[in-house]
Order: sequence, then structure tokens, then C-alpha cells
Amino acid sequence: METFFAEFIRWLPKVGLSHFLIVSAILFALGIYGISTRRNAIMVLMGVELVLNAANINFVAFSRYGGVNFDGQVAAIFVIILAAAEAAVALAIVLNIYQRFQTVNVDEISTMKE
Amino acid sequence: MTEQILHDLRLFYPETALVLAFLAAIIADLIFRRSTKVVAFVALAGLAVTGVLVLGQSTMHASIFSNMIAVDSFAFFFKLLIVFSAVLIVVFSLSSAELNSAGRRLGEYYSLLLALTLGMMLMAGASNLLMMYLALELSSITSYILSGYTREAQDSSEASLKYVIYGSLSSGLMLYGISIIYGMTGSLDLYTINQVLAGGEVNSLALLIAGILVIAGFGYKISAVPFHFWTPDVYEGAPITITAFLSVASKAGGFAMMIRFFKVTFFDSSILTLPEGAWESVQGFDWVAVIVALSVLTMTFGNLVAIWQNNLKRMLAYSSIAHAGYMLMGIVVLNNEGLAAIMLYFVVYLFMNLGAFYIVMLVANKIGSEDIDDYRGIGPKAPLAMVALSIFLVSLTGLPPTAGFIGKLYLFAALLNSGWVWLAVVGALNSVVSLYYYVRVFRNMYLRSDERHSNVSLDFSFAQKLVIMFLLVPTLLFGLYFTPLVQLAQASVKIFGTP
Repeated sequence: METFFAEFIRWLPKVGLSHFLIVSAILFALGIYGISTRRNAIMVLMGVELVLNAANINFVAFSRYGGVNFDGQVAAIFVIILAAAEAAVALAIVLNIYQRFQTVNVDEISTMKE
Repeated sequence: MTEQILHDLRLFYPETALVLAFLAAIIADLIFRRSTKVVAFVALAGLAVTGVLVLGQSTMHASIFSNMIAVDSFAFFFKLLIVFSAVLIVVFSLSSAELNSAGRRLGEYYSLLLALTLGMMLMAGASNLLMMYLALELSSITSYILSGYTREAQDSSEASLKYVIYGSLSSGLMLYGISIIYGMTGSLDLYTINQVLAGGEVNSLALLIAGILVIAGFGYKISAVPFHFWTPDVYEGAPITITAFLSVASKAGGFAMMIRFFKVTFFDSSILTLPEGAWESVQGFDWVAVIVALSVLTMTFGNLVAIWQNNLKRMLAYSSIAHAGYMLMGIVVLNNEGLAAIMLYFVVYLFMNLGAFYIVMLVANKIGSEDIDDYRGIGPKAPLAMVALSIFLVSLTGLPPTAGFIGKLYLFAALLNSGWVWLAVVGALNSVVSLYYYVRVFRNMYLRSDERHSNVSLDFSFAQKLVIMFLLVPTLLFGLYFTPLVQLAQASVKIFGTP
């Protein structure tokens, strides 16, 4: 165990592709966790933002360290813009839901039968 | 460079026309505030021009804007389908009571409908992963708004919330998958990815994970199980016109994108120009197993759950899930025969499904309900509409002599020719199950009686009857005379745009 930590401490400052991928994987997992456990619609949408940003980190990191081309960085810019557009529409919908149901809890907003 | 872009722009005229029509619709809405019909006619004119421009692309095969978008006969077929259904949806919207109720501004509705059509058309042509994602989001974001367009109805608000949550989750998963594919292959361009995969130096486990994440995005668009959760609620809550549009055009766009992704990325590139023969996979991984699982799950789930539905719109939602399952079977066989069968099925599906939704809308205008129980005894009151609805439902089941039979026939034939007997049997059994819930509707219409609606008149205007006939005649005609349709589908699938 100690050797593992020693290895880890030595690996940590040498920032490379894998550091970014690990951060993005953690972010992705947190996003999915948030979407599946949170009941507040706003929190669910924040989970979605985490997933999108995890993908963005991947794009930029692969573009930077893969050394191939700028496609990834361009993709990240497009995704940022789209995420903003999507958030704007989603928040408008949530606002409308609040006016209609007086709640933004996704479990309570279920009037249609299965 | 400039020459190239100018040249490419000429192949981008249909989409450009649609963008101009979108702007014209907004301006028309500003000028003619009093009458909403004007915007509808602007939208119709724009779609007509787009349709004519699309028709001019029937034999092209090119790749424009640095391989961002393919202009080929495959995309041509789907674009035509999408524009045609958009025209029908605008016509439907003109006589929808829930949309035209007092005080509602419909200007944005028609302009957003055009934006949605644009997104779907881009989906049909996209040959770059970033472009695919952008097209998917363009159509998703506009459909979130449209499905909640009747804001004062609770169901509609709920539908848009569920749509936005499931939709953004699926597109997020797809984007993460795309980022992994980019990392492994160093490119977002499908043709380049194909070459890298052919080199065989890509980790196949990572590719599997990324591929499944990307399929989540496609699966959501075509509402395949297990990415279907949004479908029943959105289809039930959204305005019927939007439900009809999503069930046909959105699915067509999703299928076009999915087929292009699979065919270009994972198979030997010679299939893009060779019309015959099975496809050679460039990677050792068995994609077929994933698609087979999706297909069987989707059609079985859709049909079994549809049996229990009492709301006709919701029932048609589950039936549209089942139809996505049938169409997925066409991808499984991995040859052009299967693809041609899918495309043929889509044409047939367009007429019968839009027809069914149109009549459900007309009846809902009059009796204010979509419950199957409320259809009791209304058969004799509106002979034409109800006979037409019965024919559409028979066609959705896939019985002769309707067009639905021909669609299923070609799908099953493609499966049997490639030795997928068990899958064809599953598909046929599913059709039998679907007969039960479709028949329930016209049993209620003709064999049951109910006093509640005895004084409701179900007289439809001449124009509405004309629209019904316009959808009914092809549904019957293609069941008997389908050769030109088959030839069109087979010709369209032959050539994919290559760089």
C-alpha cells in the first residue's frame, strides 16, 4: 500500500493525458450519479452539464496531448455554445413547470399514467 | 479554398432555402400579427421550394464542407421523406383545434417547425461526428420547445420536461462516446475514423464502450429500448401534430444518421460504392449482436406494453417504438437489401402513421378525448374517417392488401435471404401481438355502442377529407403497386457520398 502511495505521489506532478482523462471520467460519473439520484429538475440539469463538460475535457485533452489536430478544441467550443442553448431552453421549461405544478420535483410531475 | 466553398454551397441549396424560409416565417409573423395562417403559408412555400431543390439532388454523390455533410442519394431519399412529412404536418396544424384555440400565437410554432426540419435534414447528411451531434441537438432543442407548445395544458408541460431531461442525458452520453472515439482515432471525420479502424490499432474494448455510448444518442432519437423512456409521455403530452412529426421524421433522421455511422465507420470502405455483396467489418467486434439485441428488445417491449394502453396517442407511441424495432432488423443483415427494405418501410410508415395520427387529431377536435373507450360507437357517424383509420391500423399491423404488408414483406425477405430465420419469426410473432391492440380500436368503433357521444357530430370539412384521401390512397395503392417505390429505395441505397 505504501509503495502504491509513493508511486502515486511521484506520478501526480507529471501532468499528462491520463490526469485529464481521470478527471473527466470522475466528472462523467458524478454527472450520471446526479442525474439518476437528484429529484430536483434543476439539479438533474446540472448533472447533464457535468456530463457535457466531461466530454469537453476529453476533447481538449486529446487534442492537446494527442498532438493530431485542432478538431477536438473546435468541438469543445461548439459544445459550450450548445450547452448554453440547451440550458436556456431547459430552464424556460422548468420555469413553466413551476408555474403549472408549483414544484420542480421530477417525481411529483407525473400526471400521465403508465 | 473559396472556390471550393462556393462550389459546396451550391450543393447546400435545400438547407439554405430552409434557413431563409425560417427567417421569412419570423418576419411574416412580425408583419401579419393578426392572422396566423399567413405564417403557415410562408412555411408551406418555403418547404415546397426546399422540396424542389432536394429533388434536384437525386443523382448526386458528393461530400461538402470538408466532409462535414454528404450529399448522396441516400441522404436525398431521407431529406425528401422529411420535407414531405413536414409539409403534411403544416397542413395538419392548420386544422388542429388545440393549436388554433383563441389567443395562441402560432408564428413561432411554424418557424420552429422549419428549424426542426432543418435539423433532421442535416442529420440525414451528416458525415462528421461533430456535425451529427450538432444536427441532433438542433432537432432536439426545437422539439423540446414544440412538445411543450400548448403551455397551459399540464400534459404538454410535463412532456417537454421529460423530453428535455432524457434528451439532454442521451445527447450527453453520445458526446462522451464521441470524445472517446476522437481520442482513439484522432479524428471526427467518419471516413478517416474508418481508415484508422482498418489499420487495426484501436483497443476494441474502448471502442465497444464508445460505440454503445454513441448508440445511446441514436437510440434516443429513434426511441429504441432501453433509450425509449421519454417516448410515451412526450407522445401523449405533446400536441398531436408534433407527436406525428416526431414519430415519422425524427425517426427517419435518426435512422439515416445511425445507418451512415455504422456503414461508413465500421465496414470496409469499398461497400460505399459497391452496390452488391455483404459488408466486411474492419474491426473484430461483433456490432450485429448489439443491433439484434436492440431490435428484439424494442419491438417486443413496444408491442407488449401497447396492449395495456387506453389512450390512443399513447398506444400509437408504443406502436411507433415497436416499428423502430422492426426497422432495426433491416440493419442486422448488413447488406444493401436490408437498407432498401428499411427505406421502403419508412415511406409506407409515413403514410399510415401520419394518417392514423391525423384522424386521431380530427376526432380529438370534436370529442376532446383520445381515449380508446371514447371511440365506442363512433364508427358509423363518420364513415370515411373511421374506415380510413381502420385501414391505417390494419396497415400498421402489416396485413395485405395494404402498404404495411409490403413494407414488412421486404424486411422479412431481406432477413430470410441472409439466414436470420429466428429473427424473422420474432418479428412475425410481434406483428401478431400488435394485431390485438390495433383491432381493439375498431372493435370499439363498430361493435360497441355508447350513448355519451350520440349527439356529437363528426362532420369533417371537405379539405380535411381530401387530406385523409391523400394519405389513404397511397396506403392502399402501395400495397398493390409498389415496384417504383422499391426501385427508388434500391437506387437510393447504392451510392454513399465518398470524399
